[in-house]
Amino acid sequence: MTTDRALEPAIRVQGMEKSYKELQVLRGVDFDVAPGTIFALLGSNGAGKTTIVKILSTLLKADAGTASVNGFDVATQPADVRESISLTGQFAAVDEILSGRENLVLIARLRHLKDPRAIANELLDQFALTDAAARKVSTYSGGMRRRLDIAMSLIGNPQVIFLDEPTTGLDPQARIEVWNTVKDLASHGTTVLLTTQYLDEAEQLADRIAILHEGRIIVDGTLAELKHLLPPATVEYVEKQPTLEDVFLAVIGDDGKGGNAGNGPSAGSSIGTEG
Amino acid sequence: MSTRFFGDTAVLLGRSLRHITRSLDTIITTTIMPIAFMLLFVYVFGGAISTGSDAYVNYLLPGILIITIATGVSYTAFRLFLDMQSGIFERFQSMPIARSSVLWAHVLTSLVANLISIVVVVGVALLMGFRSGAGAAEWLAVAGILILFTLALTWIAVIAGLSAKSADGASAFSYPLVFLPFISSAFVPTDTMPGPVRAFAENQPVTSIVDAIRDLLAQRPVGSDIWVALAWCVGILVVAYLFAMAAYRRKIS
Repeated sequence: MTTDRALEPAIRVQGMEKSYKELQVLRGVDFDVAPGTIFALLGSNGAGKTTIVKILSTLLKADAGTASVNGFDVATQPADVRESISLTGQFAAVDEILSGRENLVLIARLRHLKDPRAIANELLDQFALTDAAARKVSTYSGGMRRRLDIAMSLIGNPQVIFLDEPTTGLDPQARIEVWNTVKDLASHGTTVLLTTQYLDEAEQLADRIAILHEGRIIVDGTLAELKHLLPPATVEYVEKQPTLEDVFLAVIGDDGKGGNAGNGPSAGSSIGTEG
Repeated sequence: MSTRFFGDTAVLLGRSLRHITRSLDTIITTTIMPIAFMLLFVYVFGGAISTGSDAYVNYLLPGILIITIATGVSYTAFRLFLDMQSGIFERFQSMPIARSSVLWAHVLTSLVANLISIVVVVGVALLMGFRSGAGAAEWLAVAGILILFTLALTWIAVIAGLSAKSADGASAFSYPLVFLPFISSAFVPTDTMPGPVRAFAENQPVTSIVDAIRDLLAQRPVGSDIWVALAWCVGILVVAYLFAMAAYRRKIS
């Protein structure tokens, strides 16, 4: 997988600044994301994560600094950037009045792809939405909406995917389903930038983690590097109590792969362990 | 680029037309108020209003059509607002499509929805005794004026939909538009109005539009009214379009 492309970062942000009126949200943000990796932007509410995602997906303009996605400058080559990316925003951006299948067909048509229905059917199958395909999305659960939302983002195989707080408001099962999808994407060479306020999510998924605080990236590195920032671990022996999440998943008899039942050849393949 | 614009607009138009066919109540709600006004004015007030024409419903219909359009466009603002709020607007804007097609699809949907509403209202007027001897050319001219007027009001609706903070706010802009016909020649001749009211009524857009449509349907010579009406429609259309584009650019910068 080492091509010339791999040497160039898939996302490069340098000195990015953005203010909303007097409120300075970003005060000079720098980071690089290598192709085919998962990069987590970690920060509390209001840290400016969504602002970064919006600038990178050409929905907002930065006040200062430069940013490029897939080698294209977001300010001067926005059309090329949009050709390379897909955005999954903070709230599932699905059409409630259309059915799940119609939503997917709509996006496939807008991406000028051949045979939108076949693409839709494949994704419905991959995301375990085939049974609900003909139903209006307004009848979907939160997890189903999010799955549809992510499925819509995969249409056209964009090289870079932005996921803005993809698991906020999801139950533990749906959350694990999303995690599996994200890992699967990266294993197929897609670059993923995800924002999250959940530390375990960044820990689970990300190759690199950056912590955004008060408009700046204050730490940026792999999980191991971040752990090195603190004094060496002391060894303590503690009783291993199951977490409530372990209990929840055990009691309902689900190992987190249930939602992907009947999956296509590629889905859910990254978590290898069967429960 | 232009082929992409037409293709993308067609796809997005198909999407919002489905919204309309799946919630026909928006068409019904749009037509209820104009029809209620028509019933009220023809059967309650109409007997006491002297317009000099044969049947009051013939006099009234053009104004009712204006009210229908003013009510109808508020749904465009509402639908656009919902798109902004749900995030699907941002999804479309982050995709490799002709960006303006997102707005144009809403505008064309408004045109289709309003034409359906107008057909319904004209149908009710026919039941109430509306008759016109106008030929195809006159009807086409009437349709042309109504389409231009719908486009003009729809671009105002786009401004409202893009800049509203709540769903109620998005549709509230249409209330003044709905009441504008009351201070015009739509319901009663302007002759009996006191000076300043009459001056306003005779120089606001609804009067010239209503008079032009009324003359066309009654097969009277339209005179200069039609040019004044067209000038108003095109003028409002251009100004509203420019403001809508400015509001749009503010959203994406």
